[in-house]
Amino acid sequence: MTRRSSDDRFFRLATGAVAALVLLIVIGIGFELTRQSTMSIRKFGFSFWTGTTWDPVSGDFGARPFIWGTLYSSVLALLLAAPVALGIAIYISELSPRMLRQPLAYLTELLAAIPSIVYGLWGVFVLVPIIRKLELATPDFLKKIPLFKGPPLGVGMLAAAVILAIMVVPFTSSVAREILKNVPSAQREAAYALGATRWEAIKVAVGYGKSGIIGAIMLGFGRALGETMAVTMVIGNNPQVSASLYAPQYTMSAVIANEFTEAADELYLHALIEIGLLLFIITIGVNMISRLLIWSMKARANRKAISMPMLADEAVPA
Amino acid sequence: MKKLIVLLVVALFAMTAAAQNVQINGAGATFPFPIYSKWFSEYNKLHPNALINYQSIGSGGGIRQLSAGTVFFGATDGPMTNEQITAAGFRILHLPTVLGGVVPVYNIPDVNAELRFTGKTLADIFLGRITKWNDAAIKATNPNVNLPNLDITVAHRSDGSGTSYIWCDYLSKVSPDYRKTVGVATAVNWPVGVGGKGNEGVAGLVKQTPGSIGYVELIYAIQNKISYGSVQNAVGEFIRASTETVSNAAAVAAKQMPKDFRVSITNAPGKNVYPISSFTWLLVQQSPSDRTRSAIMKDFVKWALTTGQKFAPELGYAPLPAEVVALELQALNTVK
Repeated sequence: MTRRSSDDRFFRLATGAVAALVLLIVIGIGFELTRQSTMSIRKFGFSFWTGTTWDPVSGDFGARPFIWGTLYSSVLALLLAAPVALGIAIYISELSPRMLRQPLAYLTELLAAIPSIVYGLWGVFVLVPIIRKLELATPDFLKKIPLFKGPPLGVGMLAAAVILAIMVVPFTSSVAREILKNVPSAQREAAYALGATRWEAIKVAVGYGKSGIIGAIMLGFGRALGETMAVTMVIGNNPQVSASLYAPQYTMSAVIANEFTEAADELYLHALIEIGLLLFIITIGVNMISRLLIWSMKARANRKAISMPMLADEAVPA
Repeated sequence: MKKLIVLLVVALFAMTAAAQNVQINGAGATFPFPIYSKWFSEYNKLHPNALINYQSIGSGGGIRQLSAGTVFFGATDGPMTNEQITAAGFRILHLPTVLGGVVPVYNIPDVNAELRFTGKTLADIFLGRITKWNDAAIKATNPNVNLPNLDITVAHRSDGSGTSYIWCDYLSKVSPDYRKTVGVATAVNWPVGVGGKGNEGVAGLVKQTPGSIGYVELIYAIQNKISYGSVQNAVGEFIRASTETVSNAAAVAAKQMPKDFRVSITNAPGKNVYPISSFTWLLVQQSPSDRTRSAIMKDFVKWALTTGQKFAPELGYAPLPAEVVALELQALNTVK
């Protein structure tokens, strides 16, 4: 009996230590990033967030174009990827013949296993020429809208967003599929019992797993924020704040990957590490916001359906 | 299983015995990596005890690691600044090993002729002042070419690189405006254009974008059979880059070589000289505490500067002219 309880205690301590390690690593990363960017933090302060110049020669650094590029490309990727991913998830879990389910799920997950450099190469050689053709074919009236301004280079925001979207789809769709699978069949049966069509029953299932699906989408967003290699190969790497989909732009992770090796100057190095710190903060921020979003949705759902205490909870990924 | 353990133990002992070999670690520029790895392997064949290990992590990284004492020697495409040398806290010798050139590459539909550029034209294109291929400045040096009314797209390196350093160094020498607005560094604030990662990134952008112009290392252009333009040198000739015309630039520079070899040889005056040429340097400690390693390093450098030079042209590098080698061997004698 004593032996078992000491085993228990040991087990709890060991797993607790591992869990604490995760927390320590996160704090350690934050601390180290701050420590190694002190020069740039002292010199530029908050203007580092808002400055638009990135000039290693004169030592003038501002991160706004990179922050903009990262957020803009990720949001665009999300807008492209979310409907597709959700469509895949719904088809696989609700509509496809049983025989097709496993192969389809496997194929979408295979997309996630492709290294990003391969996506980048594919982007450079296949996607960019296609996008250039699209850009060349832009009708004149569209060119007046800021979204479609600029020369048809092929490389630029649009190419980056499309690549990112493709890379994000497998993550979002596989989590969304799991969530739909976990919707109790009582939900669907109830819908059918009330005379719902198949489409309406699916709507009920999706509505039931709503908070989990939002979580799946945010997971994809987090992935898009940090993606480096494929993006830098197609985005054009020009630090500018532009709403145009055709304009070459830049992202935070891309500038670190590109310039870190040759940065010999102290302030330059600190500025690059501060970009890393900003990316760290933004990623944490996005994750927190998505958590809050999910919590508030769950809370609302629970309030609405007190008679069903298990509602929503089951459908949220751990 | 037991046998396996015994075997492992024996192997381990064998390894410790082999550890009597001296291993020297270095890190730095990516541009000379192919010739350096060739040299290290050839040198190792001659001296099986000397293992020189080189990581091509970039010039900046090489300087940082040498200064921090994590590697025994460094390598760079742009000479260290005075501040960097002071920060290192010990004496570092710059030794040119080979030369490289940077060439303008372009893609103009239906134009197959080799274009001629003046330095000022290139600077104005990269400043975004010349925006069309049929601009008067480009036409002036290419009267026989039918240049189209096409927008110019500038392609440059997005990663920090010695190639960009040499390119900007040259453009800054021929254009005061370029010096003022862009300047010289491995990564700069480009006024116009799109960035590609690595030589292959720039070459890819140029290949795919009609109307584009970029710059790549001469070796890269030769190895990938990319056609490139000629550039006007300081005495007014239009010179096409080759290992020979790049070596000539160094021969000119040898006449006024500063003692520490930290010299830019872009836009060097003289006939048949390609103007966008540069040394790449090994960074060697002047008097390290580890004399055994230093002796091997000295011997290696001596070999690389003399016998080793013959490997340069086949890898696309321009060999050092004899005058420069003579000066360097003298300097090498001061290393302890």
